[in-house]
Amino acid sequence: MSTTDAAPPSSFQVDRAAMRHLADAQVNVELDTGDMILNLGPQHPATHGTLRLVVRLDGERVISADPVIGYMHRGYEKLTEFRTYPQITTLINRIDWLSSFANEVPFMTAAEQLMGIEAPPRATYIRTVLTELSRIATFLLFLGEMGLQVGALTPAFYGFRDREYVLNLIEAATGGRFHPNFNRIGGLKDDLPWGWIAECRSTMKIVLDACDDFEDLVLGNEIFRARTRGIGIIPAATGAPYGVSGSNLRASGVDWDLRRDARPYLAYPDLDFQVWTHPDGDSYSRYWVRLQETRESARIVLQCLDGIPAGPIMAKVPRIIKVPAGETWVETENPLGQMGYYVISKGATGPFRVKIRSASFSNVSILPWLLRGVYVPDVITILASLYFILGDIDR
Amino acid sequence: MPDEPTAAIGEDALPEPNPEHEETLAILRDSLGADAILDQAEVFGNLIVRITLASWARAAEVARDQLHCDYLSFISGIDWQPAPREGDDAGGDTSSPVQPTETTYGAAGSAGRFQVFAHVQSTSDHRALTLKTDVDEASPSVASWVAVYPGADWHERECWEMFGITFDGHPALRHLYLPSAFEGHPLRKDFPLLARVVKPWPGLVDVEAMPDVPETAEAATSGEASA
Repeated sequence: MSTTDAAPPSSFQVDRAAMRHLADAQVNVELDTGDMILNLGPQHPATHGTLRLVVRLDGERVISADPVIGYMHRGYEKLTEFRTYPQITTLINRIDWLSSFANEVPFMTAAEQLMGIEAPPRATYIRTVLTELSRIATFLLFLGEMGLQVGALTPAFYGFRDREYVLNLIEAATGGRFHPNFNRIGGLKDDLPWGWIAECRSTMKIVLDACDDFEDLVLGNEIFRARTRGIGIIPAATGAPYGVSGSNLRASGVDWDLRRDARPYLAYPDLDFQVWTHPDGDSYSRYWVRLQETRESARIVLQCLDGIPAGPIMAKVPRIIKVPAGETWVETENPLGQMGYYVISKGATGPFRVKIRSASFSNVSILPWLLRGVYVPDVITILASLYFILGDIDR
Repeated sequence: MPDEPTAAIGEDALPEPNPEHEETLAILRDSLGADAILDQAEVFGNLIVRITLASWARAAEVARDQLHCDYLSFISGIDWQPAPREGDDAGGDTSSPVQPTETTYGAAGSAGRFQVFAHVQSTSDHRALTLKTDVDEASPSVASWVAVYPGADWHERECWEMFGITFDGHPALRHLYLPSAFEGHPLRKDFPLLARVVKPWPGLVDVEAMPDVPETAEAATSGEASA
């Protein structure tokens, strides 16, 4: 029964009386429940931050969902115009704060492109290792947390515990657990500490073991499968025009990974890795793809560690960084999807304009379409499976 | 599978003229008309095409249907006018980088102050294209892409509130990030960064002379020129 075109209040009484008679006559009559507006967030544990969803409900079913964002808007595109290039590293660390290192890379690449300098091979390899480590850290949190959203508490503890090993590695190399601020235009601040590579190798074993655990604990769990299979299906033809990218799109069967398919960046052209896709496009397949990608990242890290070249970690750069006039678009495959910076320089010490294309913004913009017609409990699993970071939406 | 990525990347790195870009341009020229394409540029392997305002809506359809660019990366705007720098004589906000005072336009040029630009990509053959169009300064307005790329919805709302550029045919141009009573368009260059107006940058207090004297001297003179 449609409730959107409900009768006006004046005739409500009459309708009620009529309905009661009808109910007497027919046992199976639907109750006229009327729409309910539910405010999910901005303070809600399932929104991972301050995402607010205004959900219109008919009983347990969502009629329409309108995400309200901007609670964490910090105006980074404006702020970049008031900063020098080295200072901007600090800002962009905080866009997607779970994988800060991966955020730095495209911006540094853009500045380096415009200046015509290239990071030395050793720096490129270390950047690749740290980018993949931040991907692993981000995904380990997801792998645990997604279980939590369907009521499984154990995977969350495992996820946080194993992520800590990876964060320790990042901290040992860069000095910061979350905000490494480690990239410099032309290379890196420091070389890797003594013994780090051996430590990293053993941690990758922990990560691969953790993935096996998650596969048994979560993917093999009947309740998890029941709650995620066939839920929140994004067809590839719908996801792409919305700008859904990364693992979310690969879980819809789109074989597209910027590490392989974009203009070559970092050490990826030298590496041998697989791009994982899943044909279903539901919440389950998004989990499945991220699980495989975590494993693949661990393999990429091990490959990099085997092939890491010796040499300097900084190219020769001037003391005061002035970027020649020009513009460039640099995109990378970040844990959450396509991250890109369109940097326009006018030859000053800071950029003239930076367009920050963050993954979560577009990934979440599909929610009004995706949540239409689903049940309230599934809203939570769909939100969790899309995996967004509020800083990455609001910037 | 492992062999494929390296081959694809190697192809991509070939120097210009890029046959893929030539093909893209030919398709655009055929579908939009030769007059619709005002200028084109290739920067670091990225093709930028500047088209007329009238052909903006049609360009989205061509990009999706004929160039198979099914993926919308972003839509945003550019304000090419240099930011006014009041207070330069009093030392001003020297912590922010000094931009040149004359108006210059980026790759593929511009007819005026405001431009809208968008980046579309193909998930199947990995074609990518940046489209730019000039919008009128007095009443900036451009056709909406929502009908072609539903993801344009939020990007256009953001561009509308940040630059004041309206998108004709957009279902609901509402504020996205900012509160609904917000006045002004923050990403326009004449919109001041209020935090810096209210209180000078604290870093100014303990500023030391940079060891590289010629650089600071040059920055100071160019700052004075703008005042």
